[in-house]
Amino acid sequence: MTLIKTKIGRRAFIRNTGLAGGGLVLGFNWLASCKMTPEQVNSMPKEWFELNGFLKIGDNGMVTIMSPNPEIGQNVKTAMPMIVAEELDVAWKDVIVEQAPLNTDIFTRQLAGGSQSIRQGWEGLRMAGATARQMLKEAAAKAWEVPVGEITTSEGVLTHEASGKSAGYGEIASAAAGIEVPEEVELKEQKDFKIIGTDRLNVDGPKIVTGKPLYGLDVQRDGMLIAMIVHPPAFGMKLKDMDAESVKSMPGIRDVFAIEPYPEDLEKQWSDGGAIQELAVVVGNSTWECMQAKKALKVQWEENSKLESSAYHDEALAELLNTAPKEAARKDGDVDAAFKKAAKIVESTYTAPFLAHNTMEPMNFFADVTADKAELLGPIQTPEFLEITLASRLGLPKEKIDIMMTRMGGGFGRRLYGTFGVEAAVISQKVGAPIKLVYTREDDMTQGTYRPSYKVKYKAGLDENGNLIAWHVRGAGTNDDLIFENRFPAGAVDNYLAEKHSLQTNVTTGAWRAPRSNFIAGAEQAFMDEVAEAAGKDPIEFRLELFDRAISNPVGDPKNNDYDPERYAGVLKLVKEKSNWTDGSSGKSRGVSAYYCHNSYVAQVLDLTMNGDTPNVDKVWCAVDCGIVINPLSAKNQIEGGIVDGIGHATFSAMTFKDGKPEQSNFDRYRLIRNIEAPKEIETFFVDNGIDPTGLGEPSLPPIVGALANAMYKATGRRHYNQPLISDKPPLVG
Amino acid sequence: MATFTLNINGQKQEVDVDPSTPILWVLRDNLKLVGTKYGCGIAQCGACTIHVDGTATRSCVLPVSSIGDKKITTIEGLSENGDHPVQKAWLEVDVPQCGYCQAGQIMTASALLEQNPNPTDEEIETAMNGNICRCGTYLRIRKAVKTASQS
Repeated sequence: MTLIKTKIGRRAFIRNTGLAGGGLVLGFNWLASCKMTPEQVNSMPKEWFELNGFLKIGDNGMVTIMSPNPEIGQNVKTAMPMIVAEELDVAWKDVIVEQAPLNTDIFTRQLAGGSQSIRQGWEGLRMAGATARQMLKEAAAKAWEVPVGEITTSEGVLTHEASGKSAGYGEIASAAAGIEVPEEVELKEQKDFKIIGTDRLNVDGPKIVTGKPLYGLDVQRDGMLIAMIVHPPAFGMKLKDMDAESVKSMPGIRDVFAIEPYPEDLEKQWSDGGAIQELAVVVGNSTWECMQAKKALKVQWEENSKLESSAYHDEALAELLNTAPKEAARKDGDVDAAFKKAAKIVESTYTAPFLAHNTMEPMNFFADVTADKAELLGPIQTPEFLEITLASRLGLPKEKIDIMMTRMGGGFGRRLYGTFGVEAAVISQKVGAPIKLVYTREDDMTQGTYRPSYKVKYKAGLDENGNLIAWHVRGAGTNDDLIFENRFPAGAVDNYLAEKHSLQTNVTTGAWRAPRSNFIAGAEQAFMDEVAEAAGKDPIEFRLELFDRAISNPVGDPKNNDYDPERYAGVLKLVKEKSNWTDGSSGKSRGVSAYYCHNSYVAQVLDLTMNGDTPNVDKVWCAVDCGIVINPLSAKNQIEGGIVDGIGHATFSAMTFKDGKPEQSNFDRYRLIRNIEAPKEIETFFVDNGIDPTGLGEPSLPPIVGALANAMYKATGRRHYNQPLISDKPPLVG
Repeated sequence: MATFTLNINGQKQEVDVDPSTPILWVLRDNLKLVGTKYGCGIAQCGACTIHVDGTATRSCVLPVSSIGDKKITTIEGLSENGDHPVQKAWLEVDVPQCGYCQAGQIMTASALLEQNPNPTDEEIETAMNGNICRCGTYLRIRKAVKTASQS
């Protein structure tokens, strides 16, 4: 039996809205907030009883579960309520899911990032469901005058077997609202799960396939105007002057002006990454009219810092790789001495360009700001942080700022940086009307918080028996130091040195799906393949030997290592078995890779055939250890998506700069993977170990780049060191 | 500005807009049919795909003045109850991740099956190649098209 406390100290994680009076009513009226069909209205319970912040139970047994976290396509809007429903012990068909608004009083960590929603929400979501169930049981026990311990639940029905009494949750819900929140509740055992671990369809699926309004760009309000921005054409430039008058008379245009969303004295947070101090703005009746005015608007820009080209980034990063930093990030043993006595030394450098996020839904936000309040609605991964910046920028208390999250047309980290929400609010305030800010694709692609460009140099030493005796990694990135010094193979090599540099650049960078891992995993796993080959060993056996070392005789304090070598080896063994691993003898060219990030372990085997310079991926086998899987159907979708995303960007994509100006501004020049280029088949295997769930949205992306590069080597006999792999040249040619 | 009478999802709709306005923005801004998505504005990504007289067409570069009396079908008009075989297959296979591109994918797929009810795997990939899915649901898209073709 697992017991879980609903309070720590004086802080209650679960609060009963009934007892707390008016102070804790959700800032969200479910019935009033969405337009429903007459059938839906008729099927609604006559009365809704709020049990706690995560759910409401109606008098007809229908349960509304609020999904607290932003939905960017990672499917938490289905998975998080599944966890609540499991512990509540209700039938999934009786559950209605709603997106919760930002409410920092009730919810913790309403953020989509780091693949942490399920991991960090797991306990709280279970607690919410279990608490409600316990309160229903207590209310039933009171009504039936029987001991609470004798009451059982199943799929929304309370039963007292001895007396033959039974009631649906809906009948007891009003009484349960008067029950005091229990201090401790019992959680289910994994073997008793009926919802968790089963395939459930995306709750927004019917709306998605019929084109119902769901996304920020779909927001429509009475009196709403459209706003578009004109941002500096290059990083390192700022607004000097503009000729607003010449476009004000264009059809449908209401106003043209400059705004300063981020005055110099405004205190910025990490979520304001990529903030532009000053912008030109066009406000009009329709999107097309604004687009025309935006094109016609003459704006003068001036340099305010260095205009950097990709060639500069490339040279500066290369220079850093030739320079030892003052301090090592991690040092075990003595690499210099080990290299001196090594029988073989392998040395390689890997590079990757900047990448844009390119969410299919460009940045946008709705804002209605008046003198005493602000209402915002749109796609944002970090609503809590947006609220803090808005409070400061608008001079409003946080209680006067309402932020609602729409479903997002992709995130990948881009919408962690909510500067577009601030811009929308400032524009609305200035025009005194509700507005929807819309970025064009070009605005979106050329003013990003890009995946940094990276370079990393590896050097490995082998003894005469092919044992790895020394490992030296030195990495550098733009505004990012790239290296996770305590990840594998740290702890598995006697002489280990990790060093890192960061190059300050004007080009704004930020988190892009699986930050840093998205590059370093592929580089490390490709290099590992080179080293295994030099050692004359099978690449899987070579890795397993290292994991064995980290298990049986770790170098240094194993607590310093970020990973669990047994789970790491576990996924590698699983993928070896499932793929019938034989290196190079399958008729296809094969590569293997394994990586740990976002608390999860992934190993992959990839088969391909080359079509000229283009890899055609025939099949990927993927073994995943992310603990308990909530919804296997969508979990596999995440894994497949990460694999396609990883292969696509590593093979085809690059963002380059010339004098600070992005050289790609739309999908005609920025190449994304398309249907024909995606793998023919992906098979995913989850390790069933009963461990609490860990990350899933990101971990399948990083290693696939290594598996791809290793298979390309098998096919071509040539190592590919530079992304995009299709050109295999340092892409930084701007 | 000029007045246009359009045939959209079987209904006559009158709009007063600049003749150069792409039908995408007429649908989204004037008629509040927001199921058709804006992705790139240069006919590269397929998010804005609609049917013009049954042919899958990029609405983001199609001026309203060029439509005449051609029949426009959008995702909202593909079926009355969301039960077109392609929509049903999309749900059954659980294709979407973020879902933003899927209306365009479904419009491309339904036009394909109208013309070629039993496409080969290769024909499916080729037909769907103009629609970008940034989440990478391509494998499920292929599977859903196959499922719909067999229904």
